[in-house]
Amino acid sequence: MVFNKNNYAPGTHPDLPPPPGTVGVVGWFKNNLFSSLSNSILTLLSLYLLYLLIEGGLSWFVVDAVVDANDKPGCRKIADGACWAVIVKRFDQFIYGFYPLAERWRIDASFCLLFVAAAPLLYPDIKFRKYMLIFSCLYPFIAFILIKGGLFNLLMIETNLFGGAMLTLIIGVTSIACSLPLGILLALGRQSRLKLVKVISVCFIEFMRGVPLITLLFVASTMLNYFLPPGTNFNLLIRVIIMMTFFSAAYIAEVIRGGIQAIPKGQYEAADAIGLTYWQTTRFITLPQALKISIPGIVNTFIGLYKDTTLVVIIGLLDPLGIGRAALADTKWNGLSTETYLFVAVIFFVSCFAMSRYSLWLEKKLSTEHN
Amino acid sequence: MLNFLKIWRNEKSREIIVQIIVLIIFGWFISWLAGNVSGNFERLGKDLSFEFLFIPAGYDINQYLISYNNRDSHLRAAIVGLLNTGLVAICGIVIATIFGLFLGVLRLSKNWLANRIAYWYVEFTRNVPILLHILLWHGIIINTLPHPKQAIDIFDVSYLTNRGFYIPKPVAEAGIELFYLFTVLAIIFAILFSKYSRKRQEKTGKQFPVFWINLMVIIVFPCMALLLNNFPISFSIPELKGFNFRGGLHLSPELIALTFALAIYTAAFIAEIVRAGILAIHKGQREAAESIGLKPDRVMNLVILPQARRVIIPPLTSQYLNLTKNSSLAIAIGYMDLVATLGGISLNQTGREMETMVLVLLIYLCISLSISSLMNWYNYSVKLVDR
Repeated sequence: MVFNKNNYAPGTHPDLPPPPGTVGVVGWFKNNLFSSLSNSILTLLSLYLLYLLIEGGLSWFVVDAVVDANDKPGCRKIADGACWAVIVKRFDQFIYGFYPLAERWRIDASFCLLFVAAAPLLYPDIKFRKYMLIFSCLYPFIAFILIKGGLFNLLMIETNLFGGAMLTLIIGVTSIACSLPLGILLALGRQSRLKLVKVISVCFIEFMRGVPLITLLFVASTMLNYFLPPGTNFNLLIRVIIMMTFFSAAYIAEVIRGGIQAIPKGQYEAADAIGLTYWQTTRFITLPQALKISIPGIVNTFIGLYKDTTLVVIIGLLDPLGIGRAALADTKWNGLSTETYLFVAVIFFVSCFAMSRYSLWLEKKLSTEHN
Repeated sequence: MLNFLKIWRNEKSREIIVQIIVLIIFGWFISWLAGNVSGNFERLGKDLSFEFLFIPAGYDINQYLISYNNRDSHLRAAIVGLLNTGLVAICGIVIATIFGLFLGVLRLSKNWLANRIAYWYVEFTRNVPILLHILLWHGIIINTLPHPKQAIDIFDVSYLTNRGFYIPKPVAEAGIELFYLFTVLAIIFAILFSKYSRKRQEKTGKQFPVFWINLMVIIVFPCMALLLNNFPISFSIPELKGFNFRGGLHLSPELIALTFALAIYTAAFIAEIVRAGILAIHKGQREAAESIGLKPDRVMNLVILPQARRVIIPPLTSQYLNLTKNSSLAIAIGYMDLVATLGGISLNQTGREMETMVLVLLIYLCISLSISSLMNWYNYSVKLVDR
């Protein structure tokens, strides 16, 4: 017997190492991949699926792919895989649309400044936050002048030349920025004691949430003119942004309403007890807590809005998807839909995934719970 | 002035004043819109009339569930479109639910590899716009599947081509009525039987294997009807004639791409909902159930799922609604749903933007509101009773 070799006094037995196969690499494999018969089968099936994906994917995406060619037959002559030439040849369009070549630095500049403007909003701990916030407030005007032009010797650019990822960013960022305040107002309106305000808010929210966005965009493009005084004819891009803003404001309002309803009643009673007015309560008690609770929902709505910007292609604006479709309509590139759409999908995946990661980070940071 | 301040400082009267102001502004805004509309209509010589619904539509729809040709009215075209929307929505919801549950279970699985695959699948799918999914699948079917002449052959009865899928189509023959009757009877029996066995269990504590008995009845009964009547169903098998297939059931590339894209996109969301719902149940519930000696499947069916259902069903319904609303993107690939018929071609042919769009918006609004009121009723009925 091993244990009787030495006679340890009680409490002095040295710690034995854990049994082999429960720790380290082997243990991990055993616990996570082969813990039971069904689990082992599942692992093998997953491995087979991965093998199929990687084997087929690698040859199509990389090994047999063609980057440099002038048209589809040219691609096919070289290899049988993906024909990325369609992306390479039109890469500029995917980013800038038809924005004049000489003026593209303006897009680059506003894109870089966007990060400067967004930084103090996204990272609450940043240095010189107060000064940077001033810049954030000025940014919309700066970006507008930079992109649209018409002032300070900048060439005026028509909005029908806007396109590509830049158009997605313009629509997405503007609608996101405008829909948050509107959504907060609607949420407050829906929770209001004033019956009339409540009814109007509820009707607006339920209407916007009840219909598909594409029908709203059709409304914007076909019949909005009927509702405006004769002769007013304002830009399709602005109409789209307004509709997108209304649409996502309704969803944000519902998310924030959830947050407001989750605040314990005692908070309001305490606010009433120290004599805060309605707006003071809203400003100092309701919103800080409600917004914090509803961050995941708000960011999800933003991601949804950002993805929904692709719908503008149906009413004729040329976002990356529209540029891709235009490329496919070209007889040179006819039939390369998989390559084109996958490329656009990657553009969207990167930005949406980043947004959802940011939301997780912020949630953790703002959490005051004890873990 | 002092009097006014007095009124203003009284909460009740201040509320009334504010509401009156809101009413005035809102009323002015509505009348401004209405005035603009009537002014614009007068200027363009248009009127508001729904008579266009009854004139012949004059366009073809490549897929219809009720008989339709281009001499039928716009109204019938719209109904065909609405039914097509319903078809895609129902097929999509069924596939998305099954696939989503499967993914959700994988996400909860302790198997690291399967878990990671499901995780990345979900992240990739839901971070890409649905419109891209639809166009991607449509493109894959149209551009990479072979022509009908080189169709991918599945057991000589189904064919995959770039013009859609051709599958055998069951054709009812004389004597099928008995089959329908027996199916209905079997379903009625199943419902009554589960009610009875629940009552019996509550009274005596004894259980029937309800699920298996019902499954048997629902399968065996209709089959018996078929055998009794000399198998009154035949199958029309697609055959290659000339450049295309004849016979069988033709599923157009648009229908397949739309259903498939909507299903896999929504499945990613459903997977997360299922996972969150099951994780939301407190650990103690499972531990308590295990400690009183319930088997794992009983723990799931009797303790976890009934509670998780309360968490899962509301967001699940809103995903179903989203799927239905997203089906309106059909217009991008030319599937003739409600938006493409009434809000698309009918609008362009009659030039009645206002009437067609109002109808489209109202129909979607009705669908959404009725489903969400059903949901509210459900939420109310399963709400935890607070003490």
